[in-house]
Amino acid sequence: MSLIPDPVGRFFHRMASPPYFYAFTEKLMPWLTGIFLILLAGGLYGGLYLAPTDYQQGDSYRIIYIHVPSAWMSLFIYMVMAAAGAIGLVWRIKLAEIVAISSASVGASFTFIALVTGSLWGKPMWGTWWVWDARLTSELILLFLYLGVIGLYNAIDDKRTASKAVAILALVGVVNIPIIHYSVEWWNTLHQGPTVTKMDKPSIHVSMLVPLLLMAAAFKFYYVIAMLQRARLELLQRERTANWVKKMVTEQSQ
Amino acid sequence: MSAQEFFAMGGYAFYVWTSYGLCFVVLLANIVLPIIQRRQFLRQLALKQKRQNL
Repeated sequence: MSLIPDPVGRFFHRMASPPYFYAFTEKLMPWLTGIFLILLAGGLYGGLYLAPTDYQQGDSYRIIYIHVPSAWMSLFIYMVMAAAGAIGLVWRIKLAEIVAISSASVGASFTFIALVTGSLWGKPMWGTWWVWDARLTSELILLFLYLGVIGLYNAIDDKRTASKAVAILALVGVVNIPIIHYSVEWWNTLHQGPTVTKMDKPSIHVSMLVPLLLMAAAFKFYYVIAMLQRARLELLQRERTANWVKKMVTEQSQ
Repeated sequence: MSAQEFFAMGGYAFYVWTSYGLCFVVLLANIVLPIIQRRQFLRQLALKQKRQNL
């Protein structure tokens, strides 16, 4: 009796094989894209059109539909990156290493979007583009951590070694994640407290909450798509001399 | 609500549409760039193979 059910174990075992991963992700892509576009359309329509104007912030609050899901993704992707990095570090699974580094650029993008849209929301509402408060500063540090991971990876030629170094950096940076999450509770500044993830009832109306959750779901699918596209490139580059790549190139050029 | 009202975003058009536009550009680039780079890489590999087979 193993801890993981057999079919699930078999799936992950097969996904760790580069040619299988490459072929499977290609077949998966149209499905992921379809679901992503449906969720995105629903979220945008609900958020920009159906949801009522906020009684205090007017229509400026509509930035929430990309700002908050991006900020959530910036934390979520970091955790995935650190976990994949740890798996790669311990079991030396090549595909875990690839998932880790392919997550970094997507995570950095979401962090960047969260920071810039926050700034564009802060200017009309707080009267300033930026304050050095705990939430904003810790999110900026997150961006530097992502950029550090990408830079370190590119600086080391041997990609197996690079993955080890990157995983360690990512794991050390995990300490920043709870700081970002709790910063608005620990330090009271301009950034508002949580309105959705509060344990009791969310203090946001359902007509505003539903599009927010749709956008969050859409961004999850987006992450998988973007990460897999990057992973397929990374995989080909690493496996350029492998037989399955040579075979595929020969078949395609005929 | 007219289209004009919709795009005016209650006077916050600049902030709202800049946010959405930037988000769109960054997210699109994250998908398009790796696809282009992968195709280029495959083309390079094909060229190399052809040269070796000559």
